[in-house]
Amino acid sequence: MKNNLYNYILGIADNSLILGQRLGQLCGHGPSLETDIACTNISLDLFGQVRSYFQYAAKIAGDQRTEDDIAMLRKERDYKNVLLVEQPNTNFAFTIGRQFLFDVYHLAFLTELQNSNDFTLSVIAKKCVKEVSYHLRFSSDWVKRLGNGTSVSKEKMQEAISDLWTYTDELFYQTNADKEMVFEGVGVDVTKLKNNYYSHINKILLEATLEIPESKWFQTGGKEGIHTEHLGYLLSDLQYMQRTYPNMEW
Amino acid sequence: MIETTDQNIEQVLISVLEKVSDPEIPVLSIMDMGVVRSALIINGNVKVQITPTYSGCPAMDVIGDDIKKALKDAGYESKVDLILHPAWTTDWITPRGRKALEDYGIAPPLNPTADKEVLLEEKRMVSCPNCKSTKTVVVSQFGSTACKALFKCEDCKEPFDYFKCL
Repeated sequence: MKNNLYNYILGIADNSLILGQRLGQLCGHGPSLETDIACTNISLDLFGQVRSYFQYAAKIAGDQRTEDDIAMLRKERDYKNVLLVEQPNTNFAFTIGRQFLFDVYHLAFLTELQNSNDFTLSVIAKKCVKEVSYHLRFSSDWVKRLGNGTSVSKEKMQEAISDLWTYTDELFYQTNADKEMVFEGVGVDVTKLKNNYYSHINKILLEATLEIPESKWFQTGGKEGIHTEHLGYLLSDLQYMQRTYPNMEW
Repeated sequence: MIETTDQNIEQVLISVLEKVSDPEIPVLSIMDMGVVRSALIINGNVKVQITPTYSGCPAMDVIGDDIKKALKDAGYESKVDLILHPAWTTDWITPRGRKALEDYGIAPPLNPTADKEVLLEEKRMVSCPNCKSTKTVVVSQFGSTACKALFKCEDCKEPFDYFKCL
């Protein structure tokens, strides 16, 4: 139970950690001042959420581990985030597409997690759900704006959605820890979120005058620790300080 | 634990805590912000519970330190805990706090429905803190901090922050 809960929390938190890091990479590099600030604000929200999760995970682990250890001192295979969130900031359409495809899931997930019989998780979810509803507004708005924009913005937005589509099904994949936690009334049965997820996505894509990808081939693995090559580079950046100066604090 | 929005703050501590302000909005006392949920004197020591506005709000650590310092100056040792439940809402900003925000140049939050309409449908309802015109438009849904959106006034041309509903 304890181990499953620990892994379950990491599964939730790692999505926010890795996506937060991706968005943070845009700090000072966003396409405009406003979008730069928005992406880093969303990143900050996600990191704040991650701290709540990792503090709880460290408490459950019950050893010397701290929230920072959990964030910084694991190897690539120990990260349980979905493949979607580790995909690079190829261009602004990819950043927005990745955010949108995750936000729709994230909001639905947190809405359900509020009902968890684990008090701490339900409290964290109640806090996060309000923040994530702003993230979803932002990303949906931009999907529509780019889709309805110029022929170039539309083409790029379409390419991003079509390319990232292959990573969406993994959001509904369940690990053994996930299944166990659903059984215990702690976790969210993500398989039940799938229909609403795709109908919500399709609705926004229609408003954005974009095509709904037809591909039925989906890539999974992240939740089991098998990642795309992008995660390694991201982690080497994220973990640089702790690897170079072990145990440093500031 | 029960879901409650009631604050539990000992009368004698109120004036001390009112002197502590949000480091990012110095005109706003943490009491008017509604982030102090309880402050009790137990065996001569003060136990304070504060709740973050946003999960990632970097001001919380500073606020915690400032509370300890203010209480120490008033003669109390204290412990400050961060709690997440019940989640903070902009409804807890007091009328005096809303006034302070506006005087400082930040438009205070509307109600949640109006909030959506101004941020998503570009309805003109936020009153410019500078000239009070409601001919204002959203520039960015995220502003200088996570809790604010960036607006501009089409009458006096001033850009300003709007405190989003949470």
